[in-house]
Amino acid sequence: MNSIYIYIFIMFFVTYLIRVLPLTLIRKKIKNRTFQSFLYYVPYVTLAIMTFPAMIYASNNIIAGIIAFIVGIFVAWVDGSLFKVAISCSLVVFIIELII
Amino acid sequence: MSFDKSVFKEGNKDGIPIGLGYFAVAFSLGIAASNAGLTAFQAGLSSILCNASAGQYAGYTIIESNGTYLEMVIVTLIINARYLLMSFALSQRVEKNTSLIHRLLLGFTAITDELFAIAISKKGNINPYYSYGAFIVASFGWASGTVLGVIAGNLLPNRLVSAFSVLLFGMFLAVIIPPMKQNKTIRAIVVISFFTSFVSSYIPVLSNLSDGTRVIILTIALSLIAAILFPVEVIDNE
Repeated sequence: MNSIYIYIFIMFFVTYLIRVLPLTLIRKKIKNRTFQSFLYYVPYVTLAIMTFPAMIYASNNIIAGIIAFIVGIFVAWVDGSLFKVAISCSLVVFIIELII
Repeated sequence: MSFDKSVFKEGNKDGIPIGLGYFAVAFSLGIAASNAGLTAFQAGLSSILCNASAGQYAGYTIIESNGTYLEMVIVTLIINARYLLMSFALSQRVEKNTSLIHRLLLGFTAITDELFAIAISKKGNINPYYSYGAFIVASFGWASGTVLGVIAGNLLPNRLVSAFSVLLFGMFLAVIIPPMKQNKTIRAIVVISFFTSFVSSYIPVLSNLSDGTRVIILTIALSLIAAILFPVEVIDNE
C-alpha cells in the first residue's frame, strides 16, 4: 500500500513545477510574432475546447445542458459579468430538470 | 513592488464568483476523494496544494487503484500540461524586473483555468497582488468545498449537484464570449474550437485519448494555425 501523503506530494510537486518553470526561467520578452500570437489565442481556444461539448454532458439532463450552454452564450454576449453568466446557466439547469 | 491594497481588493472581488463556482465543483471532487480513501484533511490538503480540478480527479483515481508513483507523475504531467502554456503566456505579461518571489507566488496563485483567465484579461502588465487577492478567495472556496464534499458528500440533493455542475462552464463562457463581439478572429476561433472539440470526441484515435491530452493537442494545433493565419499586432509593453 502506497502512502497517500506521498501521492499528494507528487501531485503538488509536478503541478507546481509545470506552473512555475516558464514564469521563472523566461525573463525576456519573446519578440517572435507568431509565438506572441500563439500565446494570445491559447486561452480562448483552450477554454472553448474545455467548455464544449463537456458542458452539455455535465448535468443530469443533456437537454438542460444544451439550453444552459445557449443561455450562457446569450447572457455573456449581452452582459458579460462572470457571476451572472454562471448563475444563469445553473438556474437554467435547475429549472429545466424540475420541469422534465 | 510594494503591496497595493486596492488591486488586492479588486482581486478579492473578482475571486468571489470563482470561489463560489469552485466550492460547488470541489464538493463533487470531495466525493471522489472520499471514494478513493482520502480523509477530509488529506483531500483538503491536496486541494490547497494543487488547485487543479481535472488533475486532482485523475490523481484520486490513481490513489484509488493503488497505482505506482511513476503513474502519478505521468498522469499529473499530461493532465496539467496546459498550465505550462499559461505560465508561458504569463511570463510575457509580467513586468520584466518582477522579483523571483513574485514569480514563484504567481505560479502558485494565478495558474488555474479561471484565475489565469481573469489575470490575462486585464489590460497591461500583470499585477501580482490582483492574482493574490483573487486566489485567496477562490482557493478558500476550492479547499472548503473539497473538505465538505468528503464529510457531507451524499447529503446534498442530487438536483442541486446537477445545477452546480455547469457553474464553471458558465464562467468559461463569460471569459471567451464577450471579446467575440469586437474581434472577428476570436469569434471565428471560438466557434471553430467548439466544433473541433465536438467532432474530435467522436474521431477514433482522438476520442481514445484522455480529456487532458485531447485539450493539449487541440489547443496547440488550433492556436498555432490561428497564429500563422491571423498574427496579432506585436505589443511592446516594456
